[in-house]
Amino acid sequence: MDKTQDQSKNAKIVKWLLISISTLFIAVMLLLPLVTVIIEAFRQGFEVYLKAIADEYTVKATLLTLEATLFAVVINTVFGLFAAWTVTKFKFHGKKLLTTLIDIPVTVSPIIAGLIFVLTFGRQSFIYPLLEKADVKIVFAVPGIVLATIFVTFPFISRELIPVLEAQGTDEEEAAALMGASLPRIFTKVTFPHIKWAFLYGVVLCTARAMGEFGAVSVLSGHIRGKTNTLPLHVEILFNEFKYVPAFAVSSILVILAVIVLIIRSVVEYHGKKDG
Amino acid sequence: MKIKKALTFALATVLGISALTACSNTVSENSDNGGSTPASGGNTPAKITLTNVSYDPTRELYEAYNKAFQAHWKEKTGGEIEISQSHGGSGKQALEVANGLEADVVTLALEYDVKAVQDAGLIEDGWVSEFEKDSSPYTSTIVFLVRKGNPKNIKDWDDVVKEGVGVITPNPKTSGGARWNYLAAWAYADKKFGGDEAQIKKFIEALFKNVLVLDSGARGATNSFVQNKQGDVLLAWENEAYLSIQDYPDDYEIITPSISILAQPSVAIVDKVVDKRGTREAATEYLNYLYSDEAQRIAGQNFYRPSNPDILDEFKDTFDLNVNLVTINDFGGWDKAQETHFTDGGVFDQIYEG
Amino acid sequence: MKRSKRVIPGFGLSMGVTLSILGLVVVIPLASLVVFTAQMSFADIIKTITRDRILASFRVSFLTAFIASLINLVMGVILAWVLVRYKFPFKRILDGMIELPFALPTAVAGITLTSLTADTGLFGKFFGIFGVKIAYTRIGITVALVFIGIPFVVRAVQPVLEKLDASYEEAAGVLGASRSKIFFKVILPEIMPAALTGFGLAFGRCIGEYGSVVFIAGNKPFETEITPLIIMSELQEYDYPSATAIALVMLIASFVILFATNLIQARSAKILKGDS
Repeated sequence: MDKTQDQSKNAKIVKWLLISISTLFIAVMLLLPLVTVIIEAFRQGFEVYLKAIADEYTVKATLLTLEATLFAVVINTVFGLFAAWTVTKFKFHGKKLLTTLIDIPVTVSPIIAGLIFVLTFGRQSFIYPLLEKADVKIVFAVPGIVLATIFVTFPFISRELIPVLEAQGTDEEEAAALMGASLPRIFTKVTFPHIKWAFLYGVVLCTARAMGEFGAVSVLSGHIRGKTNTLPLHVEILFNEFKYVPAFAVSSILVILAVIVLIIRSVVEYHGKKDG
Repeated sequence: MKIKKALTFALATVLGISALTACSNTVSENSDNGGSTPASGGNTPAKITLTNVSYDPTRELYEAYNKAFQAHWKEKTGGEIEISQSHGGSGKQALEVANGLEADVVTLALEYDVKAVQDAGLIEDGWVSEFEKDSSPYTSTIVFLVRKGNPKNIKDWDDVVKEGVGVITPNPKTSGGARWNYLAAWAYADKKFGGDEAQIKKFIEALFKNVLVLDSGARGATNSFVQNKQGDVLLAWENEAYLSIQDYPDDYEIITPSISILAQPSVAIVDKVVDKRGTREAATEYLNYLYSDEAQRIAGQNFYRPSNPDILDEFKDTFDLNVNLVTINDFGGWDKAQETHFTDGGVFDQIYEG
Repeated sequence: MKRSKRVIPGFGLSMGVTLSILGLVVVIPLASLVVFTAQMSFADIIKTITRDRILASFRVSFLTAFIASLINLVMGVILAWVLVRYKFPFKRILDGMIELPFALPTAVAGITLTSLTADTGLFGKFFGIFGVKIAYTRIGITVALVFIGIPFVVRAVQPVLEKLDASYEEAAGVLGASRSKIFFKVILPEIMPAALTGFGLAFGRCIGEYGSVVFIAGNKPFETEITPLIIMSELQEYDYPSATAIALVMLIASFVILFATNLIQARSAKILKGDS
C-alpha cells in the first residue's frame, strides 16, 4: 500500500509542478505581451480608445479582415476535410509528397508568400494581359488579400485532422462501407464524431491566424487606406504615423475578436463534451 | 468513372474559387469608380478619385495637402475629388506600382525609386523636368536627434563616430531614408579627408560600428530610439526629428551637422495609369498645386523645406538654413550612388564584411 | 487489412478536390517562383546564395528557429498534457489563450516584445541585472519565435492526447509500471508523431518569420540579420532574381524539413499500428 500512496503523492507533485510551469510560461510569453497591448491601448483614456476604434478606416479595415477570414475558413474547411480524408483513408503513391505540399504554406515566409502571388498575377506575369483585358484586379486588391490569407492558413484544418484520423485507422469506415453505407453517411456517422474536436481546433486556429496575418497581406495589399487595408496593416500604418496609442487600440480589436472566437469554441466544446 | 467524377469536382472547385474571387472583386470595384466615368447627363462633373502612392514620412503632409487640394479643385472646376493615400517604404511602394498597384501619381523619397516605375514602362521618359525644380516640390535633409541636454555632446559627424556613442539608423539596404543618412556621413568624411577613399571608408566603418540597431525602416528606428530608449543619437529625416520633438518637447533636441545632404523627394504622374483611367488633368493639377504658395506653406508646417525660396525664408526660424547641403549629383546621381554603395557587394556590404 | 483494394468510397472525389485546390492555391504560385529563379544561370544562383552575408543570415535564421522550436516542442507537450489531463482553476482561460499569438499581428507582437525586453522594459531590466541582453540579440529573436510558434505543438498534440484512452495508462499502472515509465514508454510514442508535426510546422514557420523579428532583432549584418529581411532588401533594390533565388533556398529548406517530419511521422505511425 505504501508504494501506491507514494506514487499518488509523487503524481500530485508532478501535477502541480507541470501546471506551474505551464502557467508561468503562458503568463510570461503570452499574457504579459497581451496585457501590454491592452494597457498601451488605454493609456490615453477610454475616449481616445473609442475614437481610434470607431474611426472610419478602422471600421473598413475590420470588415475587410472579416471578409478575408471568412473566405479563408470556408475554403480551408472544404479543403481540409477532403484532404484529410484522402490522406488517411486511402493508400496511394506520393502520399508523403502530398502531405508535405499541404504543409508548405505554413512554413513559407510571409514575404515569399506575398511575392509568389505578385509573380503569378502581377505585371510581369504572363497572365497579366489577360487579367487586364478582363479588368480583374488580383494583386493590390481584395482578391489578392483573400488569396494570401487562404494561403497562409492553408494546412491548418487538414493538419489538425490528419493525426487524429491516422490514429483512428480505417477499420470502422471499411466496416461501414462493406455494410453498404454511402460516403456522406460514413463521413457524418462514423468519421466526423472522431474528429469534431480536432476540426474545431483547426477552424479556430485558422480563424485566428487569418485575422492576424500581416506579412503576406502586406506585400499584396498596396496599403490603400479604406480599400485594401486589413486590421494588421492598419495597425502598421498607425504605428508609422507615430500614433502608438491608436495602433495598440486597433490591435486590441484583433485580440477581442480572437477572444470571442475562443469563447465560442469553449462553449461549443463544453456542451459537446458534456453531451458526448 | 472515378476519374470523371474527380474531374467534375475539380472543375467545380475551380469555378467556385474564381466565383469567390470575382465576387470579392466586384466589391472592391464598386468602391473604386475611377475618374473615367463620364458624367451621366448632369451638369456636375463626375467625382474623380486619385490614388497617390507615397512613402512613409509624408503621411501628415499629404493629409493636410489633400484637404487643401480638394478645396482648390472645387473652386477651380466645381467638382469633387477624392484622394486615396498609400504609404510605405519608398522602395517597396515603387515596386508595388511597378507590379500593378494602380497609382495615378507617385510621390516617393528618391528619384531612383520613381525611375524604377519608369523602367517598368509606366512613366514616360523626361518626367524629371515635367514639374518645377526637377519635380521636387519640397526637400528635406538629415539631422541628429539627441536626448535632452545632449549628454554625449554631439555637435557634428565627428562626434557620432566617437567610441562609446550609440547610433540608431535604419538599414540603408531596406530604407530609402537610411541611404540619405549614409551619404550625408560620406559627404562629410569626403570633405574632411579631401576625398581620400580609404579614410572615408574608415570613417563610415566607425560610424556603423557604433550602430546599435539597424531597423528596417525609418519609423522602426525612431521607435527604438524614442520608445525603447536605445542609443544616444538617431540619424533621422529632419521632418521626422521635428515630429518627435513635437510629441516629446522635453526629451529631445535636434542637432544640425555642418554638412548634410539635400534630400529631394520626387513626384511624377504615372502616365500609363492616368491614360487608362482618364485622370491626367486632375493628376497634373494635383502635382502642380504642390508648388502653390499654400501648399508650400503646408510643406513647411510639416517640417519639409519648401522648394520656393521665398516661402522657405518664412520658415527660417524652424530650419537651420546655414547647413552646407550636398546633393545626390555630388555622388554622380542615384544610379551611380546605388551601384557604388548599396548593391550587393557594394561599399556598405564591404564595411560589414571587411 | 493489407488488402489494397479500396473499400472506402470517395477516393476519386476527395483526391480531385484536394489536388485542384492545392494546385490553385499552392502549387501554381510556388511554381512561378521556380520559373522566375530559372531565369538565372545555375552558377549565378549559387554565387548569390553563398555570399558571406547571406550564409550568415541562414545561420541566424536556422539556429534561432531551431532553438525556439525545441523550446516549443518541450513546452508544447507539457502544455497539452496539463490541459488534457489535469483539472485546475483557470484551465479554460489557459487553454483559450494558446491561439492568441496567431491573432495578434506579428508586427504588434514584435513591437510589444521589444518594449518588454529592451533594457528599459520589464524583463530587460530584470535580465540586465545578470548582464543578459535580450532585445537586439539572437536571444531576442528566439523569444519572438517562441511566441510565434506556441500554438503549433500544443494544438497538434492535444487532440491525440484527448483521443488516447486513459485506460492504457491505467493498465500499465496496474501492471506496476512507474509513472515516468508509463509516460516515456506508452504515452510519448503515441503523441510523438503529432508533436513532431507540430515541431516541423513551428520550425518552418519560424525560419520564415518576418514581422515580429525585424523589430526585436537589431538586424545587424552577420549577427542578427535574418534571411527574410535579406529577401526584403533585395526586393527594395529591385533585385528580383536574387530575392527569388534566396526565397527558393528557403522554400527547399522548409520542404525538406516538412518532408522529413512527415516521414518520421509515417514511420512511427506504422510502428504504432504494428504494436497495437
